[in-house]
Amino acid sequence: MGHNTYKKGDVMTTKKWAAMRGLLSFLALALLLGCSKKENTSEEQATSPAKEAKTASAPIDPATAATVSGTVTFGGAVPKPQKIDMSQDQACKGNNVSETIVADSGKLANVFVYVKDGLGDRTFDVPKEPVTLDQKGCQYHPHVLGVMTGQNIEIKNDDPTTHNIHPTPKDNREWNESQPPKAAALEKSFAREEIMLPVKCNQHPWMKMYMSVVKSPFFAVTGADGKYEIKGLPPGDYTLAFVQEKLGAQEQKVTLAAKDSKTVDIAFKQ
Amino acid sequence: MKSLSTPYNSAHHKFAVFTACSTFVLIIAGALVTSNDAGLSVPDWPTSFGSIYKIPHLVGGVKFEHTHRMIAQFVGLLTIIIAIWTWRTERRRWMKYLGIAALGTVIAQGILGGLTVLFYLPPPISSAHAALAQTFFCIAVCIALFTGPRWVEEVPRVEADAGKPSLITLTLLSIFVLYVQLIVGAMFRHHGMSWWPHVVNAPMVAVVLTWTSIRALFLYSRIEAIRRPAVIMLALLIAQLCLGFLAFVTRVAWGHDAVQPELPMVISTVAHVAVGALLLATAVVLAIQVWRHVPIAFEESIPVRSRDPVTA
Repeated sequence: MGHNTYKKGDVMTTKKWAAMRGLLSFLALALLLGCSKKENTSEEQATSPAKEAKTASAPIDPATAATVSGTVTFGGAVPKPQKIDMSQDQACKGNNVSETIVADSGKLANVFVYVKDGLGDRTFDVPKEPVTLDQKGCQYHPHVLGVMTGQNIEIKNDDPTTHNIHPTPKDNREWNESQPPKAAALEKSFAREEIMLPVKCNQHPWMKMYMSVVKSPFFAVTGADGKYEIKGLPPGDYTLAFVQEKLGAQEQKVTLAAKDSKTVDIAFKQ
Repeated sequence: MKSLSTPYNSAHHKFAVFTACSTFVLIIAGALVTSNDAGLSVPDWPTSFGSIYKIPHLVGGVKFEHTHRMIAQFVGLLTIIIAIWTWRTERRRWMKYLGIAALGTVIAQGILGGLTVLFYLPPPISSAHAALAQTFFCIAVCIALFTGPRWVEEVPRVEADAGKPSLITLTLLSIFVLYVQLIVGAMFRHHGMSWWPHVVNAPMVAVVLTWTSIRALFLYSRIEAIRRPAVIMLALLIAQLCLGFLAFVTRVAWGHDAVQPELPMVISTVAHVAVGALLLATAVVLAIQVWRHVPIAFEESIPVRSRDPVTA
């Protein structure tokens, strides 16, 4: 029959080979896509601020911008702040009380307030100026910090001892770096939105703070007087969220007309 | 195990005992790291703040983490020595392999310790590190036991075990429930699991270990090699239950809102880990001694024809 003749077995072998080649090609393609997808994801993370800056929505008209402000209070007896024992490091000479609940005369400090809903698909330029996190007296200053996604965070160590800064995020990349005294400030940023992201120092276990990473500039942290203010909001219906590290979160809806200045007060209970 | 085929080597045995004791100290040092929440105070591995040999300023969490690393390196060195020593001097082939197994375990343990730092204390890896630590401690105790004068020189007093379940089954069950307890306890300590599986399993551990000890003491108290670990196991069990209760009260009930690890919390949890390690090692020793002294009696069914007296 010559070399053009195929037996049944030969045909099967050829089919098997074809199937095998197909499968291998598919696997290679999947692997390639998987790798390129991963690269894209990391690239997207790295360049997201720039991208956002390019595609930022139409600017908000300052003539119609509204403001929302208010006071956050703590209902009931304020728990006595826990004492911190800093004796394990003689270089730590800070305020030795915890900041879990700071409420002076019922005014609750360190509550992160932000616009949770109502901004739609609007995007915002990331501020070029970094926010600063300082380590002084073996405590973090501030205790609660708001930052935009991709915005630089400058982390300083003003203590005569080494700290390690260890954020433990759920949606962002975890890292842990030590910072000796007088070392250069660390420059960090977070790519994804995450509210009350815990940051701690494993050398001084009482050192804890929270960073809230949001996509909009409409956020604030209550001061010692429990007050907050969010300016420059375009008119619209919004959901404001109030988040406290121990007392949890509360939400409040607010409608802002052009040039409105509304007050939204809220009370937390233990 | 041909116990009489190797001469007693006093220096080798003493070194093995020293290695086991050092491992126990290492377990305490490791427990101090976890209880003081200092696991990541040295952020790099295998270096410490970028250096292999330089000792950093031992303050805060670094004091616990770096001390743990230094003791671990020392125990690693001891294990290398004992593995080589055992390989060169031991006539028992299985002892040579046990030395190598100890070395392999300590290397794996070091890698797990490194991984737990590099991956920011993932609960499964940290728990595996905690469980393997106690496994290595048991191996070190076994080497000390097998090189001891009693094991090497004495002819074991053997008694058949006709009980059901057999004592060896009970001792193996004790080791099993202790391991389960160790793993769920480690997962709780490393934030990978709630506290209740550890607390729920505690009565099971108490029942199995009490049953094992009481059976051993009732039936074989005249065999010292069994009586001693059985008594120690019972005493350690009582101590461990008390420490477990204390650890629960100080850490879970009182300490869940603590701003930092408090001294009562640290003492009770570290003691609970240390006594847990002793308890597991004692259960292993008891199992080995039962296996040696009280073998299971098998009922042989001899064919009828074979029972006929043989006429000379």
